[in-house]
Amino acid sequence: MKALLIGEYRQGKLLDTTYELKAFADRLGADSVMLVVGSEADLPKYDGKVYLADAATYGEYNPDLHKQLVLQAVEKENPDCIVFVHSSYGWDLAPRVAVALRAGQVSEIVALNEGAYEVNACNAKLRRTVTPKSGRCVLTIQAGAFSPSGEPQGTPQLEKLELSGTASAIEFVGYEAAEQKGVDLSKAEIIVSAGRGVGKKDNVPVIAALANALGGELGASRPVVDAGWVDHSHQVGTTGQTVSPKLYVACGISGAIQHLAGMKRADFIVAINKDKDAPIGEIADVLVVADVMQFVPAFTAKCAR
Amino acid sequence: MKILVCIKQVPDMESRFRPNGDKTWYDEGDLAFRMNEYDEYAVEQAVQLKEQLGGEPEITVVSIGPERTVEAIKKALAMGGDRAVHIRDDRYYQKDPWQIASMIASYAKGENFDLIFTGMQSQDRGSAQVGVIVAELLGLSCATTLVGFSYDGGTITVKRELEGGIKGVAKLKLPALVTCQLGLNTPRYPTLPNIMKAKKKEIAALTPAELSGEAELTATAAIYPPAKKGGGLVLEGEIGVQVDRLMGILKEKTAVLR
Repeated sequence: MKALLIGEYRQGKLLDTTYELKAFADRLGADSVMLVVGSEADLPKYDGKVYLADAATYGEYNPDLHKQLVLQAVEKENPDCIVFVHSSYGWDLAPRVAVALRAGQVSEIVALNEGAYEVNACNAKLRRTVTPKSGRCVLTIQAGAFSPSGEPQGTPQLEKLELSGTASAIEFVGYEAAEQKGVDLSKAEIIVSAGRGVGKKDNVPVIAALANALGGELGASRPVVDAGWVDHSHQVGTTGQTVSPKLYVACGISGAIQHLAGMKRADFIVAINKDKDAPIGEIADVLVVADVMQFVPAFTAKCAR
Repeated sequence: MKILVCIKQVPDMESRFRPNGDKTWYDEGDLAFRMNEYDEYAVEQAVQLKEQLGGEPEITVVSIGPERTVEAIKKALAMGGDRAVHIRDDRYYQKDPWQIASMIASYAKGENFDLIFTGMQSQDRGSAQVGVIVAELLGLSCATTLVGFSYDGGTITVKRELEGGIKGVAKLKLPALVTCQLGLNTPRYPTLPNIMKAKKKEIAALTPAELSGEAELTATAAIYPPAKKGGGLVLEGEIGVQVDRLMGILKEKTAVLR
């Protein structure tokens, strides 16, 4: 089995998740080659063939052009599978490649199961095993699910790729950085986070009061921020801040994978949720099965005493 | 301008899920269904664009699913859609993203939509493939994961949400397809007069047999609850007792309460 691994760059820098592709290929027992639309100044440490297309020419991310580059590498290597990280890059590009190849795609693989791929369904409350029916398939892997076992090493054998034209219907304009104002949760020792389970904006001060009583900061899950209940600077997760406090209290947070990715390195995790089966229970040291708005005020009163 | 919005009806994610009899999908009995959250952002963005353009564009809503799907379609119409197409398919859950997208593209092919909105993924399956595949099959420009959208004279400017709070800005000319992420806008609640008006709007029915039938490219071999890793201690029961036990645990296991 041969895998074509599609590495990922942003602003000229190789993203570390690229190494998870190699770890996944190793777990599959597949031979691998890599393609990067990147820069010779920051190449992956990798023993094997790396197709390099110059990012200065092909842009930060241009789906039309990157698709053509992937298809060129597929033509040269004839791989059995093409593997991406399930990131904003991978989930955008992978289906385009799959359609061009009439290949089946399995999205966001979290584990391998006797030759089939395991993926989550229904907010990780169920798992599916999915088998490709096309000879060649496109795969995206969940970030963090296949971590490399050691420090990456190796020297790539470079082969350069170029396109004959660079016309595209999509024009990349630039980046907008996250706003820097607000709280820096990365240094907080105690974080008490509000999730959708708090019910409404008027209930957020109840969670903030617990954070205050414990001498910590207020965090939040994405839906709470999107709803405008809490400012974005408090958001914990893939698109917010990654935190590693001594204590993380998740109030009414079911535990979407993007949130877990941002807080699972906390030393001690307490989850308060009325749903005993919520995915957050899988990583919590203590799961309190209760209505957040009943439990938190009682707990705050005790802490403040 | 002709706009298409693709929506899906999914169960409330707070529900308990268990596999169905043949372990190919979840058991739908006892579940409450609603519009896929990401699709609500898609509907809202389409309606906002219609408002921006003085009500000129026609918004068609399309959805694939069994009879109950009509409820989600009616909500999209009450939010501001003009007409709808229901592709009635009781076996929708056995179709892979390729087959679902092929059905939508097959319907959309002759309609010449200028702009298609979809959610970035469904909440139940979460493959994030259908929108992009539809775009590729129809030869449209496509941008995914939108948290910003503006339209001006045939060009749309989008903000894509990337990891770590960064956004990527891009421009696309119509015709195009975009997939919508949480936070793009604030979906409106249908008002009672609009719910009443929606009852009179056309919901055309199509069957899978009337659309191009593609063979599946992936199949679900099994569906099952994830193996419990054990997790930690579970505290149940009376609130006062739970509070005391949690205090005790934090004092013993962490330094935060001394």
